Amino acid sequence: MAASALYGASGFGNWARLAAQQSLTQDQLLQFDTFGNVSLIHVTDIHAQLKPIYFREPEVNIGVGGNKGEVPHVTGADFRRLYGIEDGSPSAYALTWNDFSSLAKSYGKVGGLDRVATVINAIRADRPDAILLDGGDTWHGSMTCFKTAGQDMVNVMNALKPDAMTFHWEFTLGSERVNEIVEGLPFAALGQNIFDAEWDEPAELFKPYEFFERGGVKVAVIGQAFPYMPIANPRWMFPEYSFGIRDEHMQEMVDEVRGMGAELVVCLSHNGFDVDKKMAGIVKGIDVILSGHTHDALPEPVLVGETIIVASGSNGKFVSRVDLDVRDGRMMGFRHKLIPIFSDVITPDPEVASLIDEQRAPYAAELEEVIGHTDDLLYRRGNFNGSWDDLICDALLSEREADIAMSPGVRWGPSLLPGDPITREDIWNVTSMTYGEAYRTEMTGEFIKVILEDVADNIFNPDPYYQQGGDMVRIGGMGYRIDITKPQGERISEMTLLKTGEAIDAAKTYVVAGWASVNEGTEGPPIWDVVENHIRRQGTVSLSPNTSVEVVGA
Amino acid sequence: MNLTRRKTLALGGAAALAAMLPKGAAAATSEEWIAEFTGGADMADSGLELTAPEIAENGNTVPIEVSAPGASEILVLATGNPTPGVAKFTFGALAASQYASTRIRLAGTQDVVAIAKLADGTFAKASKTVKVTIGGCGG
Repeated sequence: MAASALYGASGFGNWARLAAQQSLTQDQLLQFDTFGNVSLIHVTDIHAQLKPIYFREPEVNIGVGGNKGEVPHVTGADFRRLYGIEDGSPSAYALTWNDFSSLAKSYGKVGGLDRVATVINAIRADRPDAILLDGGDTWHGSMTCFKTAGQDMVNVMNALKPDAMTFHWEFTLGSERVNEIVEGLPFAALGQNIFDAEWDEPAELFKPYEFFERGGVKVAVIGQAFPYMPIANPRWMFPEYSFGIRDEHMQEMVDEVRGMGAELVVCLSHNGFDVDKKMAGIVKGIDVILSGHTHDALPEPVLVGETIIVASGSNGKFVSRVDLDVRDGRMMGFRHKLIPIFSDVITPDPEVASLIDEQRAPYAAELEEVIGHTDDLLYRRGNFNGSWDDLICDALLSEREADIAMSPGVRWGPSLLPGDPITREDIWNVTSMTYGEAYRTEMTGEFIKVILEDVADNIFNPDPYYQQGGDMVRIGGMGYRIDITKPQGERISEMTLLKTGEAIDAAKTYVVAGWASVNEGTEGPPIWDVVENHIRRQGTVSLSPNTSVEVVGA
Repeated sequence: MNLTRRKTLALGGAAALAAMLPKGAAAATSEEWIAEFTGGADMADSGLELTAPEIAENGNTVPIEVSAPGASEILVLATGNPTPGVAKFTFGALAASQYASTRIRLAGTQDVVAIAKLADGTFAKASKTVKVTIGGCGG
């Protein structure tokens, strides 16, 4: 930061020090000395989590190439050391994975859009014209969101009055539904990289940018949707649209808004953190990137040249406030705070709370039904496996009578604590999607390796522009070794069928069960039914530690 | 940008001058294509812009663009395809711009290469890796 002309400060240290006091109040969480003349509020990757949840941050988050050992690829004790966080403190609980179950019992759940509303209202009380920006992955991720085709989230988010939004999983509602919602949105739907697939020119429904006049400053917000939507998600659901990073077009848009008098250029991005870092080094003239997609929560912005990159977590767990001093057409300094939404500390906004309950009411009985219990912490985040995915893979192996199970390496899905009941809502929170059919098919050992190599390269390619975000596909019934440092085709070895201990034979055929295929016409029961049946049979879930993946070169 | 391409075409606007390369040349390697096009001359790394996606949304129809101000010809090769030759664009003296776009089919992850014959008779080369992936698993 010293090399930059920018003056910057982060409010993080304040709430880190609360550790010593072992007490948190809403006033402390919201404490912020209003700075400069423009305020941005960033929420992203809420994944339809209307209610408070637990969310364990990753233990394994490996950076490759130039990002090896750089944030956000720092976890646990290293993360706490980097930011001066004390073990066992509220910030340790919010930002790292260690002792999660016991800290969760002390500090309680996080998130809830009624609490987020309280925080937004408090910021607006300080700065009435603060700009609220939603980074997308909002209309996906719960039973009520699935059953209402995103309407529950639209209704609640509209009550928070965002100024603009960009997109990713929203498109898995299908382009017809997305178009219908977007046409009625009372705020800007942005994406400079959302193109018409047939004509390869900007899509008419999504504007590249929007201007806001705030605090006497002309602010341009440019949207950047998830670049790899048709690759990471089923292309056939939104065939009219094409995406891509399109950084040349981003540069054109930055130049265009600067030419129109923008004094502050903000990019509302769903690129993922490493892609944003690379883009910030290529595209000149962006002051602030509000980064989403990879679900990273960082207590301080990362500086690339004169661009600050802000990462605000996921699942409603955090809200970022960024105050900026813009003078003479230039961002002179910033003050930033990553505000953790401790649900027991922040009072819910009553209006939004009742609006949330209204959305859930028709489904209350279905949501609340207890299917079983868990003896173990259930979580998902991590590059290779999470206990939720182990449970899902077990369900696929037993319910679908398969040799090998595959579960997608998505980063959404809240956690459950040991002893917690597992409700139907909890199962949907980690499985809900519009292409959740649990397929059962045959694959050769060779093809299974091709899949693993392909997905591994989407995470561990040293060039961020060739990464899609997400984590490694989760595997049940099979172990393997992965060398992160090798090129595609050479990373995966020692594939072993766990039930026999035999090496996977490239020519032999195996029965594979999985879900979330991007192929059109995939058949099978919904994954949430498969998991529910499995948990019902188990009664109480107990998982042995997963040691089937050996990671080398991290 | 108020005038979209779709509208321009509806007005009866531009027409591209592109020749898909003959299949008879299937046996030729990328190196042979380049040698024939340049006669073995050196190729500069500026003067030609090749635009292609980092990761193809659909390997069967990958949009690419080439632009080389002043060029008389631009050759496009998909170096990893069984038949690397994709297209050769020829620009006449009256061409308003030396720009072309098309869609190409890629057999797998590979480098797409473009070579332009510039106004002064020298050559320029640009290359971009396009990844073709089976996809899945978004964050």
